[in-house]
Amino acid sequence: MRNAADRRTGRVLGAIVCAVLGLAAADRLDAQRGNAPPAARPSPRAAAPIDLTGYWVSIVTQDWRWRMVTPARGDYRGVPTTAEARTVADAWDPAADEAAGQACRSYGAPAIMSVPGRVRIGWEDDSTLKVEADAGMQMRLLRFGNRPSGAAPSWQGDSAAEWQFSRGNVPLVLRPALRAARDEPSPPSRSGSLKVVTTNLRPGYLRKNGVPYSGNAILTEYWELFKRSNGEQWLTITSLVEDPQYLREPRLIAIPFKKEPDGAKWDPTSCSARW
Amino acid sequence: MIQTSLTRAAGIVLTVAATLSAAPAFAQVDLSGWWVREAHTDNGYSREPVDLLGIPVSEDGRAKALSYDIASLSATERQCQMYPPFYALTGPFGFQVASELDPVTQKLVAWKIAGWIDRDATTVWMDGRPHPSRYAPHSHGGFTTGAWDGDTLTAVTTHFKMGDIKRHTSFSSDRATLTYRFTRRDDMLTVTGILEDPVYLAEPYVLTDVFRLDSGGNPLPLTACEPIEELPRLHENPGLVPHYLPGKNPWVNELTEHRNIPIEAVLGGPATMYPEFRKTIKDTYVPPPRCTQDCGVPQR
Repeated sequence: MRNAADRRTGRVLGAIVCAVLGLAAADRLDAQRGNAPPAARPSPRAAAPIDLTGYWVSIVTQDWRWRMVTPARGDYRGVPTTAEARTVADAWDPAADEAAGQACRSYGAPAIMSVPGRVRIGWEDDSTLKVEADAGMQMRLLRFGNRPSGAAPSWQGDSAAEWQFSRGNVPLVLRPALRAARDEPSPPSRSGSLKVVTTNLRPGYLRKNGVPYSGNAILTEYWELFKRSNGEQWLTITSLVEDPQYLREPRLIAIPFKKEPDGAKWDPTSCSARW
Repeated sequence: MIQTSLTRAAGIVLTVAATLSAAPAFAQVDLSGWWVREAHTDNGYSREPVDLLGIPVSEDGRAKALSYDIASLSATERQCQMYPPFYALTGPFGFQVASELDPVTQKLVAWKIAGWIDRDATTVWMDGRPHPSRYAPHSHGGFTTGAWDGDTLTAVTTHFKMGDIKRHTSFSSDRATLTYRFTRRDDMLTVTGILEDPVYLAEPYVLTDVFRLDSGGNPLPLTACEPIEELPRLHENPGLVPHYLPGKNPWVNELTEHRNIPIEAVLGGPATMYPEFRKTIKDTYVPPPRCTQDCGVPQR
């Protein structure tokens, strides 16, 4: 008698569980596909969670003595150099670089965002951000969608870009009933950051005084935008350079930029091996 | 028995349904841990007593900096004086962050940035409380509130005492405001500090740095400070206040003499942090001879 009742109860409950599971799963699937035919994925330009376009000026409040002037030969402070890197840096010869047509060695991707100057950012096409620096008149192409250029190593290398979208960020409440209305996440915000990985580099200098990086260096950057209540817009680029040949450990810095209203102070200058 | 089975089963059903149909769990970025400074910038670096390179000091800020004699820190009443919160970016150490949860709801109430020897603890209140009146007492750690901006914690600190913001070279007043941004990516934490001060700064002073999570960190707790006799001349003459009168700072030319950096750069100001400043010194700057001291060669 007891087994029969239990079996009946089990069957009923099993049916309920299946129904609820089915409904819930359907609900989630609907939510994922929007209960509509799959739409074409927006282009990286259309999907951009932040607007990086415009003119930006680097604010040189740190490493001034190594960025705004050419430091002394043999000044490696702040760069976790290997012994081999120091040997190379000690042999720094700007005249030889000029003669070899390599005056731009300190303007490569691992260094260019630290060079005092302005950058102009715009869309080259719907999948490529173009970043121009007036210092050294350099241009970086940040390509979305993993599209290697197939070109020979260059000062700016190949940059693979991807958006990183923010999550809804409210406290994880173990008792949902206690979650207040204001704790609910806002609708998916279009906030996030840009991740850029750059390879295929031509060997260059992290600093004007010949502190080197090799052609195998990998540059990983995170571009983060923030707006202040006074209307100012700031861009912080966190930069990680990995180069086992010349760096004992990854070099990790962050560089602030401030947005400017226009290009009035845009000042293209050629590469200089000495200044 | 049937009732018990029904109750148990109903519980299972509700749990499963809640799990599947609820909104996704909104995990919070966890900032807790011991974050170490990578020291790949000069933020924690200060060798020359007068070094305002790239610091947007006002005229008053410059005068304050040039009047400062580091010996004043040895005065009995100043030995236990702590640095303001900005020192988390400009000091040589890392910092420890811990979360404080409401014991009942387990909701985050605050992030706590632990003190470190000479930097006071900072509590970042996340519960929406307002900042106190401008006339409220100031502390070394100040009063801080925070909010999430996407995955970034933005915190605003007010009510901190006047203090040294760049290792004995420049100062913020007790009217300053510090806005922090903490962005975590795996074991990496980017911190941006925006210091605004109507007294000693002419423009916001923005610094960034990157810290690494160190699971084996062993932070030194902030302990009680006990003044000792550091400089006999100060102990023998308690009325002495170490300082330099205007135009009398003996260290003002040190960076120029040792590194050939022009004096107009050494004395800082907003213009020195913009790229076009280079043009004003291009024709006069001569790179110094080979570096022989404090050049960044690792210690054996």
